[in-house]
Amino acid sequence: MKTPPLLSAVPALTSRHIAALAVLLALACALPFLIGNYRVFQLTLALVYAIALLGLNMLTGYNGQISLGHGAFYAIGAYTAAILMDHNVLPYWATIPVAGIVCLVIGFLFGLPALRLEGLYLALATFALGVAMPQILKHNSIEPWTGGSQGIVITKPDPPAWLPVSQDQWLYMFTLAWTVLLFFAAWNLLRGRIGRALVAIRDQPVAAQAMGVNTALYKSLAFGVSALYTGIAGALGAIAVQFVAPDSFSFFLSITFVVGVVVGGLASISGALYGALFIVFIPNIADQISKAAPWAIYGVFLIGLMYLMPSGVAGAIRIARRRWFDRERPSAAQRAASPPARDVQV
Amino acid sequence: MTVNIPRRRWLGSSLALGASVVAAPVFAQKKPTGSEIKLGQTMPYSGPASAYGTIGKVEQAYFKMINDEGGVNGHPITLISLDDGYSPPKTVEQVRKLVEEDHVLALFETLGTPTNSAIHKYVNAKKVPHLFVATGATKWNDPKHYPWTFGFNLSYQTEGEIYGRYLLKNKPNAKIGILYQNDDYGKDLLTGVKHVLTGPHAKLIVKEVTYEVTDPTIDSQILTLQSSGADTFIDITTPKFSAQAVRKAFDSGWKPLHFLNNVGASVGSVLKPAGLDKAVGLITVQYYKDATDPQWKDDPAMLKWRAFMARYYREGDVNDASNIFGYIAAQTMVQVLKQCGKDLTRENIKRQAENLKNFRPPLLLPGIAINTSPTDHAPIKQGQLSKFDGQKWALFGEVIGGGAG
Repeated sequence: MKTPPLLSAVPALTSRHIAALAVLLALACALPFLIGNYRVFQLTLALVYAIALLGLNMLTGYNGQISLGHGAFYAIGAYTAAILMDHNVLPYWATIPVAGIVCLVIGFLFGLPALRLEGLYLALATFALGVAMPQILKHNSIEPWTGGSQGIVITKPDPPAWLPVSQDQWLYMFTLAWTVLLFFAAWNLLRGRIGRALVAIRDQPVAAQAMGVNTALYKSLAFGVSALYTGIAGALGAIAVQFVAPDSFSFFLSITFVVGVVVGGLASISGALYGALFIVFIPNIADQISKAAPWAIYGVFLIGLMYLMPSGVAGAIRIARRRWFDRERPSAAQRAASPPARDVQV
Repeated sequence: MTVNIPRRRWLGSSLALGASVVAAPVFAQKKPTGSEIKLGQTMPYSGPASAYGTIGKVEQAYFKMINDEGGVNGHPITLISLDDGYSPPKTVEQVRKLVEEDHVLALFETLGTPTNSAIHKYVNAKKVPHLFVATGATKWNDPKHYPWTFGFNLSYQTEGEIYGRYLLKNKPNAKIGILYQNDDYGKDLLTGVKHVLTGPHAKLIVKEVTYEVTDPTIDSQILTLQSSGADTFIDITTPKFSAQAVRKAFDSGWKPLHFLNNVGASVGSVLKPAGLDKAVGLITVQYYKDATDPQWKDDPAMLKWRAFMARYYREGDVNDASNIFGYIAAQTMVQVLKQCGKDLTRENIKRQAENLKNFRPPLLLPGIAINTSPTDHAPIKQGQLSKFDGQKWALFGEVIGGGAG
């Protein structure tokens, strides 16, 4: 069955989009040479979180499954990379795909029983996973690998000898390359048949099934791919921070991811970037404003943002852009061509 | 998440505040003239360990007082204290900010074992003095591999050694049963005990049992120890389990000579719930004065501290032992800076931090002194045993040192 392009979960790229993305990418490549190493490190973390948020957004935003336990997959990815590097099994760059695959398998398997759970029940099941993870990581039986509550210290990778950049700049480039690859893959995945199926399951599960979508398979796959993204982010994050410990992956991390996804914009690929910037920088700003109650300030930011931008930063930007272009070319036909449904889907 | 700082909140604060107002001396206001000394730290102002955040606040208040009195050798001290929420990745980020953007001269009292582990390598690679970390782990005293890192607290190992040494001297035929929490903290303390009880003395330990933080109770462990024939009990537990152990060891009729580690020795949160009558005779180690202990009520150092609290940190809780701990650490930091004189470089700060000789902050117990050297980065290595008399901990015996350095 041929679906009209309007129903695509993700818009096709126009030449204008491609030009804008190219400029953005050039900027992202130039940035580490314009700012200090500490800021480069912060941006590396932001990219890492962006990957994790994109993973969660596929699950929550596109497929409508709520996960309060993605910090656990982030932790598994981080520990996979750390253990492989600590025991000199693999060089740092090779640990990333392994971490992703480990999380894909675990996520898929976790997704199978989770199929029976809907909405809030699934949220609770994943919540259990997120809460349990730090204690599981401390458990005695796996301590020879995980280092128990002491964690694992990772050596910071050096840039290739032929490249005259600092370690931080190199890590940023390395993370940026993964980010671009994973964002492209997500865009490709979501704009086609699979993306439509995911959104259909979210909006009309019965209709989706009636149309021949294998709901069970797609839901488990969404879980698996989402865990894969988050796991890769965890591995990249572990290398950037050079340390993993159970306390690094408290339950709060999972909540932070949910906050990032919602703030950035549900069911939006670019939203992951905005959400990542929010979770990296807003706590620091809140801490600068008040030492006594940084989280109260953070809460004010969050409430303010949700009030001003109910569909997340990406949604607000989309609305602003549409208004701008409408003023440029106020054709009724064009307005009619963009159905309101796209407000929540793009 | 054990930081080895007992927290006691069991006396009314009104009484304490009253005393402080009476004792407040006149503070002279002098403007420091030299360039500022910039220190940095991370503190858990939010997150699971946020109760310890008061340490950062009391330290900032202390430096404010020093600045009001003219600074250190004329230099004012600025302490940039950032929130890390007790999350290691955040600590890395914040410490990098302090070092690379704020260009702090030294780090001072970054709090927590996992958080400091995360920056251990980084600060040593950057050669930034990493002074007086607020954690009880023993690994900070490793000048050979980490020359820029300094511990502060009486370490868990030293505490274990003190128990071992006391037993060797006073009860050489003890049959010792040990219960410890199965993690780095429990094993660290156990290592200390075994440092002392080696060779022929190793057989004094008749039974060792463990528990997990997730266990609901430790009743069966206590019964195992009791049936092993032990007459001495070294109890390495965190508060919830300490209370259970105190109660069960008494109720089961075992009633051994019971050593309760400092982490679990809070009167308010452990002994009271367990039953004060069941806690009589418990022994623990202390190394600084307890604001809630009546014997220090008129102690000049304590009066001075109360005056400081009333003037510079009014919102701080005078019954919170963390506020004494932070005050002592800040005094030690000021001593290092005083010794630095005009040469305020990172190298010299490190050199002076490992050149503390017989420094006695007056809130440490009498007889305890801070000593460091290039091969010894553990400032506090001594403690004194105290026995619970049904109301309070009463110090006894002499100051005992550990050998872990």
